[in-house]
Amino acid sequence: MIGENAIEVKHVSKWYGAFQVLHDVNLTVRKGERIVICGPSGSGKSTLIRCFNRLEAHQKGDITVNGISLHNKMRDIAEVRRKVGMVFQHFNLFPHMTVLMNCMAGPMWINGVPKKEARDRAMHYLKKVRIPEQANKFPSQLSGGQQQRVAIARSLSMQPTVMLFDEPTSALDPEMVAEVLETITTLAHEGMTMVCVTHEMGFARAVADRVVFMDAGRIVEEGRPDGFFSDPQHERTKLFLSQVLRH
Amino acid sequence: MLYNDTVDSEALVHRPWFVAIVFAVVMAICSAINFTDTWMGELMRAVIGEPLTSGLYGRFATGLVLSLLFCANVIVIGFIPFKAQVITVWVELLLSFLAFFNAFDLSLPFIWDKLPILLSQGLFTTLYVAAVSIFFATILAIIGAVAKLSGNGFAYAIASFYTSFFRGLPLLMQLYLIYLGLPQLGVVLDAVPSGVLALSLCYGAYMTEIFRAGIQSIDRGQWEASRSIGFGFGLTMRKIILPQALPVIIPPTGNQFISMLKDSSLVSIVGVWELMFLARALGQATFKHMEMLIAVALIYWILSACMEIVQARIERHYNRSKVR
Repeated sequence: MIGENAIEVKHVSKWYGAFQVLHDVNLTVRKGERIVICGPSGSGKSTLIRCFNRLEAHQKGDITVNGISLHNKMRDIAEVRRKVGMVFQHFNLFPHMTVLMNCMAGPMWINGVPKKEARDRAMHYLKKVRIPEQANKFPSQLSGGQQQRVAIARSLSMQPTVMLFDEPTSALDPEMVAEVLETITTLAHEGMTMVCVTHEMGFARAVADRVVFMDAGRIVEEGRPDGFFSDPQHERTKLFLSQVLRH
Repeated sequence: MLYNDTVDSEALVHRPWFVAIVFAVVMAICSAINFTDTWMGELMRAVIGEPLTSGLYGRFATGLVLSLLFCANVIVIGFIPFKAQVITVWVELLLSFLAFFNAFDLSLPFIWDKLPILLSQGLFTTLYVAAVSIFFATILAIIGAVAKLSGNGFAYAIASFYTSFFRGLPLLMQLYLIYLGLPQLGVVLDAVPSGVLALSLCYGAYMTEIFRAGIQSIDRGQWEASRSIGFGFGLTMRKIILPQALPVIIPPTGNQFISMLKDSSLVSIVGVWELMFLARALGQATFKHMEMLIAVALIYWILSACMEIVQARIERHYNRSKVR
């Protein structure tokens, strides 16, 4: 792969109609780096992460993922999407397929992996997220936490180089948050490059190499978690942290 | 099934006021229609004497017995389990229908005699026309639905013009336009292709709307998940969206198929030898109209029933992921 950086974001701006959601955002994610993006709702953090695999288009600036610049060429976008896994807030599993098939579909239909190998690979990742016994059930038969772990296994089956997490625990019951965060933490310790939008500050402190704080479409502050949490520089960050960490 | 509350209430047919109303209604019908000249009157001969001269008394007594039998029947059926109820009521309704048709005093040997040609010529043509039209209509519907949902102005305009035009004209008129109008432009189509074309275009327009609604009912997140894995548009549509849209699409589409099967009778107008055409031709030649019409009606009904069964099976297949 080219260079040391998994994702480079340079002077990116984005508008929804007349409303500007991203203001001149700059961010670099090195290979193997784990980044947590936090910030109040509506601050543009989800939008930013969805720009990384072009689920949203930016209007100004450059985004380079795995050395490929994101622009209007479908071939390049497809190439990026194959190598970038994404986990959604609402899981978005395919409800008409079994758990196993959810994980097999990508490798089989895109990479042309033979069925048997795809099955082995899917089972490998289902074991990794500690859910292999549910392989033949349908998503609707699983709990929220289990579904989110399947979603992670589905992304991993594509053997991505970067994983994007878009508020992976926000739609879960409190008792299920832990099992999903544990899974993501395991992944982090194995050296996966990841960008995670989350409100789980404990997770950010434990796992992140860098915490990015966004407000109103701008990156306000970024830094190592120890410094970020103990000694935030900006007023806005202090206010946010005091509200989030109160409970 | 509707949402069933967990509170068990007494069956409607076991409530006195309901049974009383049923009794009153049946009694009123029996008083309005005189049943003394039927087999019921014959059975009552011991009580009412000569049925035809029994007058008001005979009419009342027969009605009373019929109403009592009917109410007893309803109450008894109320006690048996759901499946048995369905079968019993079906059989009873079917028998009363047959009795009704029987009242026409049909010549069964005549029907039996004409059945081979109805089945070989008529049924085959009807099925052929319907099946080919269904095939083309489905293809048109998928293309139309995708066009209507696409951001492409041309595609949207063409698709919405198509659905507007072909849903807005009577099917019979479309058939005339194609069969009689096109030859003036130098395009001469045979009767069967004209019929297939008219049916495909018309039903394709209806089904476009059904497919569009089905595709739209799928959550945006499914598209996003599919595209983020790297599936292209075609793959997403084929493997992710359409399979999920099918449970929404199938019931109204089944409706359309059944409706199309019967509307294929319209092509008899341009002289295609399908069921309806044969029924009228054979009936007119021998003045046995009712025999042929009823025989063909039954064939249509049986065909529709088969399609209903197929539809139920497909629905069950696609609902298997909705287990809890």
